[in-house]
Amino acid sequence: MFHLLQTGLNSTDAGSYLPVGIQILIAIGLVAFLMFATHMLGPKRKTTDKLQNFSSGIESHGDARQPMAIKYFLTAILFVLFDVEVIFFYPYAVNFRELGWNGFWAVLMFVGFFLCGFTYIIKKGALKWED
Amino acid sequence: MWSFSHIANELHEWLSSIFNPTWTLVIEMVLAGVAVIGLFAALGLVLVLMERRVAAWIQIRLGPNRVGPQGLLQSLADTLKLIVKEGLTPSGADKLLFNVAPFIAMIVAMLLMAPIAFAKDFQLWDMNIGVLYVSAVSSIMVISILMAGWSSNNKYSLMGAMRSGAQIVSYELSAGLSILTIVVLTGSLQVSDIIHAQATGWWIFKGHLPVWIAFVTFIIAVTAETNRAPFDLAEAESELTAGFHTEYSGMKFALFFLAEYINVFIVCAIGATLFLGGWMPFHIGNWTQFNHVMDYIPSSIWFFGKTFFLIFLIMWFRWTFPRLRIDQLLNLEWKYLLPISMINLLLATAMAILGWHF
Repeated sequence: MFHLLQTGLNSTDAGSYLPVGIQILIAIGLVAFLMFATHMLGPKRKTTDKLQNFSSGIESHGDARQPMAIKYFLTAILFVLFDVEVIFFYPYAVNFRELGWNGFWAVLMFVGFFLCGFTYIIKKGALKWED
Repeated sequence: MWSFSHIANELHEWLSSIFNPTWTLVIEMVLAGVAVIGLFAALGLVLVLMERRVAAWIQIRLGPNRVGPQGLLQSLADTLKLIVKEGLTPSGADKLLFNVAPFIAMIVAMLLMAPIAFAKDFQLWDMNIGVLYVSAVSSIMVISILMAGWSSNNKYSLMGAMRSGAQIVSYELSAGLSILTIVVLTGSLQVSDIIHAQATGWWIFKGHLPVWIAFVTFIIAVTAETNRAPFDLAEAESELTAGFHTEYSGMKFALFFLAEYINVFIVCAIGATLFLGGWMPFHIGNWTQFNHVMDYIPSSIWFFGKTFFLIFLIMWFRWTFPRLRIDQLLNLEWKYLLPISMINLLLATAMAILGWHF
């Protein structure tokens, strides 16, 4: 088995994540190079009309950063709650064979709690968009 | 033998004979980076052309056919045009965030290339938490979209970014759960282990009902996560001009565009690895002759063939289904896909504990 960037197959220390650092540097380098190239090659004629925000050809009114529908933020909060529950499944998914049926009943209970919370948010109308 | 792993081994031995181990590692990392950039460029050119040709084919028209033979150089010409365009930053925009957003999009795309196995024994970085790494890194993408949308100070961009944020985070739940189904069946998060577990048959064939449900959920979820039609609310042309990248022009726009196509490739590669056996050739039980013939096809062709089949499937969706509304989109995820994939995961676990078939 050969891997180009392998520093240690199962080592968990931070040093084994060096390839990620190098990849980030290369990605930054690539984007910076492309942006610099387009900055050098492209024309630079900036007028006030050109620098205005696009609003389909009509005069734009006010600032865009106005309050948004709360539903978007609610979805994000719900995601955080439920994603934590999904993350708990990762260690279980790898170890469930040793845990056997005992582990399975425990996870079933966990999913039961999960579904209680889930039913609560649905009944509460978290996903109802038309008031 | 001209296999990828053979070439990489030769290169490694040649470099080791010249430099000491530390420098060999550093040079290999730089070479891998350059190779990934080359792959990016190739994928960008191929996928854009493929999208346009597939669209043309489905709509019974010709598509790009003027630049080069059969229009093959069309996307190269487009890239050249985009490089020599002026890159504007609108005066109302947050200058720093506006210019940082394309960097983040490309960094995410590049980091996601690391754990993908392109051919037999050829993988940039086979870490022990490969699948977790993929789902962790791919969720950073939403930050670049929100950053681009908010900093533009444009109503269309902000609307697109908010929609995209809600959509990507929602669909990540069922994508994660359907990936977990395969992790349960394999018992490992390492990409090479997952592929080797499919030596006796791809999961889609030997996994039965739980894997079929997981595969369908996964395809729907990744179509939504990459903002592709019918879930392309983030850049719904008919209502939001271009969504979160309305204000981007020239190379900055091209980087978002490239990152989007790279992400499509990556999720399809992950799908091919998890469900369709990665680089494993297609084998049927004990048909020894048939299996030998299949083994002659190089593993890289198997991998890219499966990946491009899934990409074609996602492109096909785009011209088949009408676009959803944001509440329909969130209902589909939260009320149907999430409970289904949760129960499906439990089903897969119970089946694996009972030891049925696999």
